[in-house]
Amino acid sequence: MLRRLVALSILLTLLLAACSPQGPAATPGATAAAGESPRSGGTLTFVVNAEPGTFDGHRETTFALLHPIAPHYSTLYKWDPNDLTKVVPDVAAAIPDISADKLTWTIKLRTDVKFHDGTAMTSEDVLATYNKIVFPPANVISARQGAYAAVDKIEAPNPSTIVFKLKYATGSFQANLASPWNFIYSAAKLKQDIKWYEKNIMGTGPFIYVSNTKGQDWVAKKNPDYFGKDKNGTKLPYLDGYKAFIITDATAEVNAIRSKQAMIEFRGFTPQQRDTLSGALGTQLAIQEGPWVCVNYIVPNTKKKPFDDVRVRQALNLAIDRWSGGEALAKQTIVKDVGGLMRPRGPFAMSDTDLQKLQGFSKDAKAAKDQAKKLLADAGVPNLSFKFLNRNIDTPYTPVAVFLIDQWRQAGITATHEQKDTATYTADRNSGNFDVVLDFNCDFLDEPDLQLAKFYSASKLGRGLNYAGYDDEQLDKMIDTQSRETDPEKRKKAVWDIEKYAMETKAYQYPVLWWYRIVPYLNTVRGWRIGSNHYYNQQLETVWLAP
Amino acid sequence: MQRYVIGRLLLMIPTLVGVAVLTFLIMRAIPGDVVALRYVGSSVPQDVIDQERRLLGLDKPMWMQFVDWMSAAARLDFGTSLWTNHSVVEEIQIRIGLSIELAIIATILAIAIAVPLGVLAAVRQDTWVDYVIRVFSIAGLAMPSFWIGILMILALIVTIRWAPPVVFTPILQDPLANLAQLVLPAIAVGYRYSAVALRMTRSSVLEVLREDYVRTARAKGVRESLVVVRHALRNSLLPVVTVISLEFAFLIGGLVVTEQVFNLNGLGKLLVDAVTHRDYPLIQALVLLLASIFVIVNFIVDMLYLVLDPRIRYS
Repeated sequence: MLRRLVALSILLTLLLAACSPQGPAATPGATAAAGESPRSGGTLTFVVNAEPGTFDGHRETTFALLHPIAPHYSTLYKWDPNDLTKVVPDVAAAIPDISADKLTWTIKLRTDVKFHDGTAMTSEDVLATYNKIVFPPANVISARQGAYAAVDKIEAPNPSTIVFKLKYATGSFQANLASPWNFIYSAAKLKQDIKWYEKNIMGTGPFIYVSNTKGQDWVAKKNPDYFGKDKNGTKLPYLDGYKAFIITDATAEVNAIRSKQAMIEFRGFTPQQRDTLSGALGTQLAIQEGPWVCVNYIVPNTKKKPFDDVRVRQALNLAIDRWSGGEALAKQTIVKDVGGLMRPRGPFAMSDTDLQKLQGFSKDAKAAKDQAKKLLADAGVPNLSFKFLNRNIDTPYTPVAVFLIDQWRQAGITATHEQKDTATYTADRNSGNFDVVLDFNCDFLDEPDLQLAKFYSASKLGRGLNYAGYDDEQLDKMIDTQSRETDPEKRKKAVWDIEKYAMETKAYQYPVLWWYRIVPYLNTVRGWRIGSNHYYNQQLETVWLAP
Repeated sequence: MQRYVIGRLLLMIPTLVGVAVLTFLIMRAIPGDVVALRYVGSSVPQDVIDQERRLLGLDKPMWMQFVDWMSAAARLDFGTSLWTNHSVVEEIQIRIGLSIELAIIATILAIAIAVPLGVLAAVRQDTWVDYVIRVFSIAGLAMPSFWIGILMILALIVTIRWAPPVVFTPILQDPLANLAQLVLPAIAVGYRYSAVALRMTRSSVLEVLREDYVRTARAKGVRESLVVVRHALRNSLLPVVTVISLEFAFLIGGLVVTEQVFNLNGLGKLLVDAVTHRDYPLIQALVLLLASIFVIVNFIVDMLYLVLDPRIRYS
């Protein structure tokens, strides 16, 4: 009887598998078919599923600012839209000239860059911009000021040169000069009012601001004086303009693309949304997918018992079978890859073989769970139970938490899911009012300085970022050391040591699964490539519309 | 009569002050603030967060924040949105037109359905006509408007690959585009709204039809249509007007989910966004505005009572 039941269930499973729709075929990385030449004209329509606070890129941290607003601006350097692993000059004329001691960075600027009001951009504008970012006055917020802690002084010796003098050499400086947030602002506007850019738009980018209706849309038109050209010498941008629609409801977003009112949503959709669109639009839909520099962390509150005991924290980590979780969750939400503190298969990632040697990353789930049970028994909490704080947002927080709770249950741990709205969640997380929290982090770049920022001691550089609450001088030193290491290979090894120390030896906080970005869009959109994050490559200068 | 009107007007003041105080206190009692939310999930150091709180005045004692806000509100200065840094009045101005227009269209639709069908159901009580109308109204009550909205959009997208425009166009600018966006949500909302009003109309008319003066009118040989319209309907309008008015006031700020489903840039969505962002000045101004609308609509209903029912006028 039992055999028959098993056979029947296998048969049913096979039948269901055979009937289930095939996964969508992802279009290759390049978005233009071979031999296709970009065409000028047309208006790109896209969805943004949130709204920025102010319009100031130096102050805000949300993609909802970059998607509609980044095309109005240029940055000193940027990520090459045709090869997102390379930094290329934007308003800079060439790569930086770096002194032998790596402390002086001299950057020549283009001389053909004009603001949208017709004034020429000079080094004074870049100086004023970077002074606002790196050394903001007391009444100005600069969200990424900390990323430029190495900068000692910025100078503009002549109108086409800018010089950064550093206090110490750092491996992340060039990448930070390509930060998509560092819009070049007009020195005159900043002088007029340093907060002028919070409510106004005026850059040197490929598109000129036309209008914005709060909560509804953002409209821009082509900048005919844009300095950029493609490899054939054709002036960029190709598009006549764009309209960004602010649509916060997930179903309404899909409907906007399905009804062809919008062509794309750049942040990313869930697998279900992708499949809905794929089923409805068929070959009219193109899809790009790829790993994402976003991750959920499990953060035990090290200031609370029993999570002050490293064995308990290690047990929570060991109990999770990430490999099977990645496979299962990738079908329903936006997580997929197993990785350490750096994005899997990214430039700083450990190999899978090395990763599997770390606690919590082994493929032998049963042995790991048994070890977790033993650690809990040794710590005197064989029946550990706690409240698991989470956001009340479905994608990907709810399925990820449900998966974790089930994994912990299999190791005899009872976690009660407490989902709260983002403001309440943030207040509880930031004030340490939790047992274990599902935290998250997204960055614009695979860069250890960014991804490790929340691992600094809670009372020092990690204040307001390290919710686990620990202080660890040794870890602080390790993070500083990797940051100042300019040899890429040595830096990688330093990062891997940190991963082992933070996730295994001390088990302070550890990732669940890395996110996976899925962007389905109308296949008329060409010239846009998906990157490892939803922040960069949004100037849209290379985007064009096929007929 | 004059004293009655003045009394009603004066009562609005403590009501609105009470609403303002309550909103202020409740919003500060719930955890979280706009600054933590602005930087949620990013590696922004605590110093920057503390600095922003200082700049926004969120570090001031609560009583001081209250005094600042109330004194400014008394001068009709509702401040600046903590999230967008734009004037609160500007934020509301952008959305109020759509919300009022949607409420008006839905109300017209609801009245057009509810009053004739309600009267018909009452006049044809316990016949198949009454049963059909009752099923129609109960279905309207049972199905949430947003769900009806989702079904309508889905049906249109699947059949003709069309969905209402995602951008609002003012009616004076392009009436067709305006209606294309608002007709479907108006139907979704108006149906539920009509169901409430229809049931009220039916029961109210039924009650009046049993009154002595209706029997007398019939006995005098007055035509049935005149009995129904002039004697029954007019006298049963008081509760119907109350229901319709309160629903109208609710529609202006209460269509949160429907606005999301249809991507309407209205006051309901703005209020939810403001609460999500803990945007205190915007929440306080919006709640005050919506409370004012309720109070004013109530006042108008009271005045309509005077017109519709002479007994109130004379007392």
